[in-house]
Amino acid sequence: MNLSAGCSRPAGTKQLFMKRRDFFRKTLPVLTMPVVLPSLVHGMSFRAWANSPLLRAAARGLGEGRVVVLIQLNGGNDGLNTVIPLGHYDAYHAARANIAIPEDKVLRLPGFDQTGLNPAMPEMQQLFTAGKLAIIQSVSYPQPDFSHFRATDIWLTGADAGQILSTGWAGRYLDEQYPQFPRNYPNPNMPDPLAIQVGSLVSPALQGPGLTMGMAISNPNSFYDLINDKSEPVPDSRAGDQLAYIREMAVKTDQYAGVIKAAAQKVTKQSDCYPAPGKNPLADQLKIVARLVAGGLRTQFYLVSMGGFDTHARQVEPNDPTTGAHARLLAKLSEAIDAFQDDLTSLQVSDRVMGMTFSEFGRRIQSNASGGTDHGAAAPVFVFGEKVQGGVIGRNPNWPDKLTVNDNIAMQYDFRSVYSTLLEKWFLSDEAIAETALLKKYASMALIRQES
Amino acid sequence: MPNPTSITSGIRRYKGPWDETRAAHLLRRTMFGVKRSDLAHFLQKSPKKAVRELLYTDYALPAPPVNNYNDDKYTDPEIAAGDDWTISLKYDGMNNGRRKNSFKSWWLGLMIGQDRSIREKMVLFWHNHFVTETNTVDNALFCYRYNALLREHALGNFRQMVRAMTTEPAMLRYLNGYANTKKAPDENYGRELQELFTVGKGSGSHYTESDVKAAARVLTGFTVNYKTFTSSFDPNRHDEGDKQFSAFYGNQVIKGIKGKDAVTELDQMLDMIFAREEVSLFLCRKLYRFFVYHTIDDETEQQVIKPLAKLFRKKDYAIQPVLEELLCSRHFFDPANNGSMIKSPVDFTVGLCREFDVAFPDAGEYADLYGFWEQLRNQAAGLQQNIGDPPNVAGWQAYYQQPEYDKLWISSDTLPKRNVFSDRMIGGGLGRNGKKVVIDPVAFAAGMSDPADPDKLIVDSMHALYSVELPPEELQFIKTNILLSGLVGMASDHYWTNAWNAYREKPDDKTAKNTVTNKLKALYRHLMDMPEYQLM
Repeated sequence: MNLSAGCSRPAGTKQLFMKRRDFFRKTLPVLTMPVVLPSLVHGMSFRAWANSPLLRAAARGLGEGRVVVLIQLNGGNDGLNTVIPLGHYDAYHAARANIAIPEDKVLRLPGFDQTGLNPAMPEMQQLFTAGKLAIIQSVSYPQPDFSHFRATDIWLTGADAGQILSTGWAGRYLDEQYPQFPRNYPNPNMPDPLAIQVGSLVSPALQGPGLTMGMAISNPNSFYDLINDKSEPVPDSRAGDQLAYIREMAVKTDQYAGVIKAAAQKVTKQSDCYPAPGKNPLADQLKIVARLVAGGLRTQFYLVSMGGFDTHARQVEPNDPTTGAHARLLAKLSEAIDAFQDDLTSLQVSDRVMGMTFSEFGRRIQSNASGGTDHGAAAPVFVFGEKVQGGVIGRNPNWPDKLTVNDNIAMQYDFRSVYSTLLEKWFLSDEAIAETALLKKYASMALIRQES
Repeated sequence: MPNPTSITSGIRRYKGPWDETRAAHLLRRTMFGVKRSDLAHFLQKSPKKAVRELLYTDYALPAPPVNNYNDDKYTDPEIAAGDDWTISLKYDGMNNGRRKNSFKSWWLGLMIGQDRSIREKMVLFWHNHFVTETNTVDNALFCYRYNALLREHALGNFRQMVRAMTTEPAMLRYLNGYANTKKAPDENYGRELQELFTVGKGSGSHYTESDVKAAARVLTGFTVNYKTFTSSFDPNRHDEGDKQFSAFYGNQVIKGIKGKDAVTELDQMLDMIFAREEVSLFLCRKLYRFFVYHTIDDETEQQVIKPLAKLFRKKDYAIQPVLEELLCSRHFFDPANNGSMIKSPVDFTVGLCREFDVAFPDAGEYADLYGFWEQLRNQAAGLQQNIGDPPNVAGWQAYYQQPEYDKLWISSDTLPKRNVFSDRMIGGGLGRNGKKVVIDPVAFAAGMSDPADPDKLIVDSMHALYSVELPPEELQFIKTNILLSGLVGMASDHYWTNAWNAYREKPDDKTAKNTVTNKLKALYRHLMDMPEYQLM
């Protein structure tokens, strides 16, 4: 099978790229952040290294070297137009006639004829066909919240609806794995960042009990600056001169700048499936992730994100619901994941990486009169990777015949069950540690292909 | 590294617009950090009136430090807890160290609670000029009185200040003046008086080694009394011979005088020194470096330093007119000077508390209040500025060491520590006995012009905390990633607006408060972690 099937698009579209630096200058924010959030860096401490993570690392055994990549879709992705319930297409169409994807355009999933994908995602269809994509239906939590901010916090912290947590779910897990962090880190047993956020600031998901457990490469530009020993331009002024000096010191000071640079430099060639820099911000972020994974970082979590999913109005073009804002978003998601998988495969690290998409909520079953959808509840989650147990998990969402504007998709799976599965079945962590990180015991799901 | 642009605007009075940027520039340089209420106050004035208020308002001198130091190992038998210990003349191994700490924390507290005056900034300036170290002086009362002297003369007359400082017990101790006798002359003060305090080592200063020796002989006979903790003059220890000075001082001879009147030799010597133009140039350069920018190019020397020095001499070394001339000048308000300095550790730590209007315990809770001041003082010390104990007699390197100057404050050790400190102040804060000193990000945001508007909130916050501007792309990044949790597009702004309004309508709603608090904490943490926050 052709692993690069998704890249069979005309090569011409990829030949157009300008010199990367020029391109970023013109189109991406020129960020002044140091490459790494300085809050990560701690003062000197000479406390003895008790409670050795080395022992825990040994206990992790097979899970060692495995990576989880979390793809956050900010704004609330419309799950019903992403994963389409072909099995009751009429009800689907009736609920949202002005935005419904025509039945004959829905991408089919072999072996699961009740369910299909938005036509903007042919690469995801191929991934599914190759058995590397699991689709979990209707993921949410009891009493879902409809506020972006609150719902985002719930997904990132792993909280119940009514619970306010000051730590993130991945942060708590990492705190169990690497107690005392950042005291005495980096060290020979864990020389690398525990978690890396690309494309924005460090996520609340990585917040540990005291400090964040993660670092941020806040934009791709700063990453390539680091690798190429460049720095952002400063104004030719008294203040600019001072600023240049402080920025230089910030990079020098950063405890992880060196390992990141070294890892990146080990990878000299990456997949040509990636679109030109700046065209697809998610692909730009994932390209950095693939490079760092293949470069040998032992970092366990990578977080990337893309925005724009808050599609209250005109999410499709009225004359062709397979096009429009939402289709463009899904196409970018699909394209980015495809390029990333292709890259991981050719870099020979695909068996170590598991990816997951999530969004703070899905959208309302009924569309609104503006050709969009309002905030909703449960939505599908994609889990992808070489080792994934492919297929559709759960049934199509369904709803009462007399649908009202307030009806929402009911939950089938708690999002923390997905987290729990990643921790227990992918990282092979102790059940007790997963329970500590998620504050409760959640049932694992059949997401990971079990090696015999 | 880019070559900093030269500034051509001279010492003539600034008559341009008076806005937040300019007023904040004045306050950052003359006080520690900019309190919103101070900024609003001075924005009502003209630049000249603002500068004059900072310079000429005659605030009462602060009350002395109190006994905050009783602990489980020691209770002061003489001075009750909470009482002024500077009236005590009894010093021993138990109380001296505790009182020294009390003094240093008290001083940091004066900076935190400073009046709308340049005075506390000038105390720091003079401390860095007339350096003593508490570790060397080693008596808490000497240290306190030296500090009070700095404050008393901070905006007075430089010549009188030098005269007073020469016989101040702490200085006699620090530079061995107390041990300078005709039998065993000690040149220490005689040298620093010229090299560091008056004529300096500039290109126009040509005092000689024999001038150092001659000055030391003039200064023989001063001693320190350890019962009264005052200084006195002992004619028996004074060198009564004539003192010959070099051509730099016009070959002047100071005739030896016998008896008590011999102290007038010192006055003659100071007259001789202050007749040198170099004194005014030296001090004006130092003021310029402290208040404006580290490098003095030829243009600045001609257009700023020389006219200032001339005025300084004309006013017979009165300090206020020179500061007024400098701080009212076009040069001072030239936009090229915005953000041109790196905050000293004291500017950074004290300024942070002041600009966020961080609440401290009341004066009645002096033990905790001093405790928090001590924590801040230790933070500044960890950042390499330990007030009361500069590294040596020349002061902190960042104020004089070319070509790095204030860049020396930032190192691979201190930059992370600065970030850790600001993270802590916006996070858990400083703690003591269950009390907390911590930034209230919601209260700070509420003081902005329109906190419900995410763009305005970010721009206002940037102006409140920075002396420079961030590029628009950065502001957009901050809005999307911090205030909007990754939501993009014009239509998303209302999510922040709704969150803020929901909190304002129901301040007790835990979820609503948590949402805005977390975002504002992240916003201010980020702004303080950026290199821009290190500039002033």
